[in-house]
Amino acid sequence: MEKKLLLGNEAVAQGLYEAGVSVVSSYPGTPSTEITEAVSKYNEIYSEWAPNEKVAMEVAIGASFGGARSFCAMKHVGLNVAADPLYTASYIGVNGGMVCAVADDPGMHSSQNEQDSRRHAIAAKVPMLEPSDSQEALDFTKIAYDLSERYDTPFLLRLSTRISHSRSLVTVSERKEVALKEYKRDVMKNVMMPAMARKAHAKVEDRMDDLTVWADTEAFDLGVNKEELFSDEIGIIAAGSTYVYAREALGEKASYLKLGIVNPLPRKAICDFAKKVKTLYVIEELDDIIETHCIKLGVKVIGREVFSPLGEYNQSIIEKAIFGTKKESVAVECDIPARPPVLCPGCPHRGLYYALKSLNLYVSGDIGCYTLGAQAPLSMMDTCVCMGASVSALHGYNTARGSEAAKKSIAVIGDSTFIHSGITGLIDIVYNKGISTVIVLDNSITGMTGHQNNPLNGKTIKGDPTTAVDLEALAKAIGITNVRVVDPFDIKTTKAVVEEELAKEEPSLVISRRPCALLKNVKHNKALYVEESKCVGCKACLKVGCPAISQKKLENSKTRAVIDANQCLGCGVCVETCRLGAIKTPENN
Amino acid sequence: MNSINILIVGVGGQGTLLASKLMGKIFIDSGLDVKVSEVHGMSQRGGSVVTYVRAGEKVFSPVIDLGEADMMISFEALESARWLPYLKKGGVVISNTAQIDPMPVIMGNAEYPENVLDRISEKGVKVVSADALSLAEQAGSAKAVNIVLLGIAAKQLGFDKEECLNAIRATVPQKTIETNEKAFELGYNL
Repeated sequence: MEKKLLLGNEAVAQGLYEAGVSVVSSYPGTPSTEITEAVSKYNEIYSEWAPNEKVAMEVAIGASFGGARSFCAMKHVGLNVAADPLYTASYIGVNGGMVCAVADDPGMHSSQNEQDSRRHAIAAKVPMLEPSDSQEALDFTKIAYDLSERYDTPFLLRLSTRISHSRSLVTVSERKEVALKEYKRDVMKNVMMPAMARKAHAKVEDRMDDLTVWADTEAFDLGVNKEELFSDEIGIIAAGSTYVYAREALGEKASYLKLGIVNPLPRKAICDFAKKVKTLYVIEELDDIIETHCIKLGVKVIGREVFSPLGEYNQSIIEKAIFGTKKESVAVECDIPARPPVLCPGCPHRGLYYALKSLNLYVSGDIGCYTLGAQAPLSMMDTCVCMGASVSALHGYNTARGSEAAKKSIAVIGDSTFIHSGITGLIDIVYNKGISTVIVLDNSITGMTGHQNNPLNGKTIKGDPTTAVDLEALAKAIGITNVRVVDPFDIKTTKAVVEEELAKEEPSLVISRRPCALLKNVKHNKALYVEESKCVGCKACLKVGCPAISQKKLENSKTRAVIDANQCLGCGVCVETCRLGAIKTPENN
Repeated sequence: MNSINILIVGVGGQGTLLASKLMGKIFIDSGLDVKVSEVHGMSQRGGSVVTYVRAGEKVFSPVIDLGEADMMISFEALESARWLPYLKKGGVVISNTAQIDPMPVIMGNAEYPENVLDRISEKGVKVVSADALSLAEQAGSAKAVNIVLLGIAAKQLGFDKEECLNAIRATVPQKTIETNEKAFELGYNL
């Protein structure tokens, strides 16, 4: 059998392949994105990027109705968007097996909150498995399909940044084709109206009881749950990443109850394990779900008392909490400046933000690369909540503060985010006679998650040509008469157009259109340079916040701007900032 | 070998992921269990990034914490200082001499510390530094900085040169093999 070093996300994709899954629909979201990217390489599986997570999950539900094994993936906050279909799919159950992978982000490497997706599993009464490495990611994915069909329920697979984005060795095997199940109309099962749902709810409660029995018995036979006895002093209950941290930190100085099914949790196995050790710890990142379960069972455990609900754990945190030990380390004795992420050199968002900076606007922000413009020196964002909120929250802000505020405020939202959930907010503005100005930053790609195609760019997940949504026509169709398109590198026109639209007593949509600088097919100009004799060191060019421009100290302690030719893509936004004309384009550009 | 922890640090976009993938492959080819923890998403946009490579008979955790790394491979001088506390006593720092100003320095709100690699050496830490960009350009591409640094690290770790070159040939795109082989040699023979 072949062994491969796979990311947790790639291992889930391999599991989908081996389990005979045939329909996959997802919306990108760190740290879940690579699952569906990896799936798109298999010709045996239909895969797509959906406009948002709710659509993705509904596609998976529909494919399950149709008899196929189906799948969707999303990040933790994506499951909020898809919660509506999930909670009722739980009542309906499945025809073909259905699994949804949800990737949490403890420590918020790339997210706006660190909610615990196990809460959704509990609330929706949907069973959830949680792997602790890539091999388990593959194995649990396959097990989830068998259980989904056996217990007539969708399954959740909980991942986290460390599991999704860590590589470990995986044994891969062949795909087992699964025939499409027969479709039969079954209104009592598949149409959820009150009379059917009352019966379904009772069925769901029974199902979760049955799965609790499974968690106490067969889960151990399959190695999904595991008891490892080394010590009768210290016992650890953990799942997913916290199990591997604990196993590394404590080795054979503790015994372990490793849980692979985190909803429902076993009962008997926990009570039995508790009797085998003197002191029992529950180690879980984020919420105290296992701990609360233990308390309900009357099992005495130590959890929140020594472990924080904040951020990501590691082996040292666990060692310190349990043994009080701390590792030695060295540090240099000087302040180390922070290095926050920034907009890339040549980024079209920089041009837009710089063009509008002097207008002193209230900027209702959204989720994407352009959120980075919130930081100095651009400082072009007042609020950022969730996908799509820029548009609807701007309408709320302007409704609260009146038309004068509306003439000094904008929403900024990316192309993919606008399709995800900005459209409905825009309809709200038009329908309710708002006068807000919304700017779509159309860089023809879903950027922050690492370049996924989307319904606006005319390419499928596999890069094949498809119908692109006509944004201008869409805006007009919903009743916006003021639709303008600007090039964000044309600073003067961009500023003038936005000022014109802000002045109108009508809603406007401005499309700031230029492809992401990192796209392979985007041609760049030659790197610019600073003519040192013209530069007086005024630092005006630094206000664009470009990582390619910095200042250097001369021998006479004066400073001059300098452009790093390895980073500069010649976009020219900084040229506009220099009143002395010191920033030059190389000849024969 | 008991277990070995390698921290790979740099600035988002510098190519740290390929270096960690290759390092992982070299360890696997030598029969060890391996875990590599990568950074995707937001920090890749010019932020400080860290990748962990861990190898041994059996590796549980994919992360390396303070005082645990045997070696740090750093793509940028300031990042060497930032992540230094992760190095264990007696650990080695392989560092590019390149300096990339972070935004607070560009804006004049913070100072880039002077002689930052010397400050690390003064702490009694072994530092092997090189202008990896010049060497990469000499090999044929500025993008080969990661392979130059990998070459230096491989020498320090006592890796077999041929085995490393095989891992490189099996991983990088066909048309870049020659450049990457040269880059590796320049680092290895430094």
